[in-house]
Amino acid sequence: MVTGKAVENVAVKLLQLAVTELPQDVKEALRRAYREEENEIGKAQLKTILDNVELAEKTRAPMCQDTGVVIFYVKAGSQVEGLDKVEGALRKATVRATKEVPLRPNAVHPFTQKNTGDNTGRFIPYIHWEIVPGDTLEITVLPKGGGSENVSALGMLSSSQGIKELKKFVVDTVINAGAKPCPPTILGVAVGGGADIAMKLAKATLLKPLNQPNSNPELAKLEQELREAANSTGIGPMGLGGKTTVLDVKVDYAHRHPASYPVAVVVQCWAARRASARIHSDGKVEYLTHKVT
Amino acid sequence: MAVYKLNTPISEETVRKLRVNDTVYLSGTIVTVRDAAHRRALRFHKEGKQLPINLQGLAVFHCGPLVKKEDGGWKVVAAGPTTSSRMDLFEDEFIKNFKVRIVVGKGGMGKKTADAMKKYGAVYGAFTGGAGVLAAKAIKQVKDVEWSDLGMPEAMWILEVEDFGPLTVAIDTHGNNLFETIQTKVDEEKQKIYRKLGLQ
Repeated sequence: MVTGKAVENVAVKLLQLAVTELPQDVKEALRRAYREEENEIGKAQLKTILDNVELAEKTRAPMCQDTGVVIFYVKAGSQVEGLDKVEGALRKATVRATKEVPLRPNAVHPFTQKNTGDNTGRFIPYIHWEIVPGDTLEITVLPKGGGSENVSALGMLSSSQGIKELKKFVVDTVINAGAKPCPPTILGVAVGGGADIAMKLAKATLLKPLNQPNSNPELAKLEQELREAANSTGIGPMGLGGKTTVLDVKVDYAHRHPASYPVAVVVQCWAARRASARIHSDGKVEYLTHKVT
Repeated sequence: MAVYKLNTPISEETVRKLRVNDTVYLSGTIVTVRDAAHRRALRFHKEGKQLPINLQGLAVFHCGPLVKKEDGGWKVVAAGPTTSSRMDLFEDEFIKNFKVRIVVGKGGMGKKTADAMKKYGAVYGAFTGGAGVLAAKAIKQVKDVEWSDLGMPEAMWILEVEDFGPLTVAIDTHGNNLFETIQTKVDEEKQKIYRKLGLQ
């Protein structure tokens, strides 16, 4: 049995953790990029990023003013009772975190341009649900910044060209994005399914840790190839030049319609913020991405 | 690649000394202006209405800050730059009409803006995107907030800063545009990358 209050408290904590402290794997990737970057201006950008990450963590302040649109991924154990209260609790948590952390109010009505002021609105925060066996509730928050989202792209490519078209589309997306998404970025790439399915899978790959290669050897090879291609563009940190344009590329796929070859590229800025926790049936909370003392 | 410490208001003469790749640390008044505030400021100008603040010689910052109320005043929590290219639509008119000398943002700006910078005397200073806490540290005080009806990110925040930077001069008054130079190189690399991936 999960209570709405418990879910709310955990979600507020997750939002606070996500926006103030990067997961270890992202910090490590940024440090490695700083060590390896040879371009002077690019290296200086990475230094500023690392200083900023450190100061944010120390002062418990959001590392970036764009604390994103709030997206939750919920893995609900089929035996968990009280799942009907989760959505309301996550909305309440978003309102509370906006005040308490604080988060920048980022939910704007697309027709009237009115900002709701509390990061909630129609379909926002967005919640992705997955029903899994078991009696635990796993909540992940992905606050997604606007600058990198704006250069994300969907290509309904020609199915006769296949993988070649995919590679070209990814490279073109990185080059067209240039400095805009706050590189070094992480690319979530997905092919197949349909327009919406590819997009959804591409965004979900951003939840995977950066230091783990894909378990599918063919995808691992493609990820490496795309990573090297993106990093040889010369765009560099903040688009000011250098060899670190992406920290990583993650690829996923779904089977496709014979006539369709949808390719989605979701771009994530260097501030790859995510936080997860598991709530057990006895109420115990286990934080999965951050150390909580 | 010189390092400059500048105080606002900045003269046209000073700003014309700056070159691409120079580093600037700013002290004085910097005003956040995003899409909606640009639009309103230009409408005010057209209608002959005064802006709430005289921007001549000041720096404008493409930023939608995260601020909180504290002890009856405002405190900036995080204030990194937003993507400047969105402001390419209005920036040339903005520079011409309001005589701002430094435009701070991220990601660079296009030819129309760069031409106005050359003509009227302004530079573009790139601040590291996402470095919101470092930026907030250099903001000593929120002097005022105007047009708060536009919402927290879009309002015009008038900020007192000290050694705000490092800003990399990426567009100067001599016709140099660092982002454009890099983009040209990237376009050259593109064909090589295509070949390596077996696309040609």
